[in-house]
Amino acid sequence: MTDLDDELWTAVAEPGRRRLLDVLLVHGEATPTALAAELPFTRQAVSKHLAVLLDAGLVTQRREGREVRYTVEPDRLHDAARTMIAAANRWNARLNAIKRMAESLHRAEEHEPPRA
Amino acid sequence: MLATVEQDIWIDAPVDVVWRTVTEPELVAQWFAIEADFAPTPGYEGTLTLGRTQEPRRVRVSVQSVEPPRSFSYRWLHPDGVPARTGTSVLVTFTLAPERDGTRLRVVETELDDMGWTPDELDRYLAEHTRGWAGHLGRLADQLTATRP
Repeated sequence: MTDLDDELWTAVAEPGRRRLLDVLLVHGEATPTALAAELPFTRQAVSKHLAVLLDAGLVTQRREGREVRYTVEPDRLHDAARTMIAAANRWNARLNAIKRMAESLHRAEEHEPPRA
Repeated sequence: MLATVEQDIWIDAPVDVVWRTVTEPELVAQWFAIEADFAPTPGYEGTLTLGRTQEPRRVRVSVQSVEPPRSFSYRWLHPDGVPARTGTSVLVTFTLAPERDGTRLRVVETELDDMGWTPDELDRYLAEHTRGWAGHLGRLADQLTATRP
């Protein structure tokens, strides 16, 4: 019943982590301290969320002096978004396919010459 | 609140044409499955091989009520060897209603709460079958594209 791999699912299913991704995207690159300043989480909570995102490959880290800076991994985020949207739209896609079929069936029958 | 997956669409065709599209196996095989062993007969136990937008996967279906041309339901997701009933399967109901010279087709998945899933599993099913926060992820990804040409 699942489409995303479990790590990716765990990473994006938590609303706080999605919010963290929002803020990180705005910054481009940021330290946990800078992120904690803009989020209603402690610095420790931010670090924990970042660790989960890192395991799922959604962010990467880079050490600069004594700081660790994080950035969003674009390909992985795109994969996650694409998979989720495709799954979420599955019924929508099926209903659209039914619509196309029923409408062409209807048009074909309307234009059928009357039977003798 | 009971968990449901629900979507609808308006179709520019009469109810009886939509009914055939939703229930006739040859037509079902064109919009839904790559293979459909399926008959619009209450009690019919069949299979659908899904695979248009994902890895091919065979699922069992158990046809429940067939009330032409207004309502049609089946159960699915019950494991092999297990009868389809509340608690082992999800109930899918199509309803058709005339609207503006055409038809409103609605599909609803119910009895998700009875599946014995954990709250996480239920959340996951809903997130993967409705538009909820998939849209949020999509916006994030778009934002990423916009900020990094």
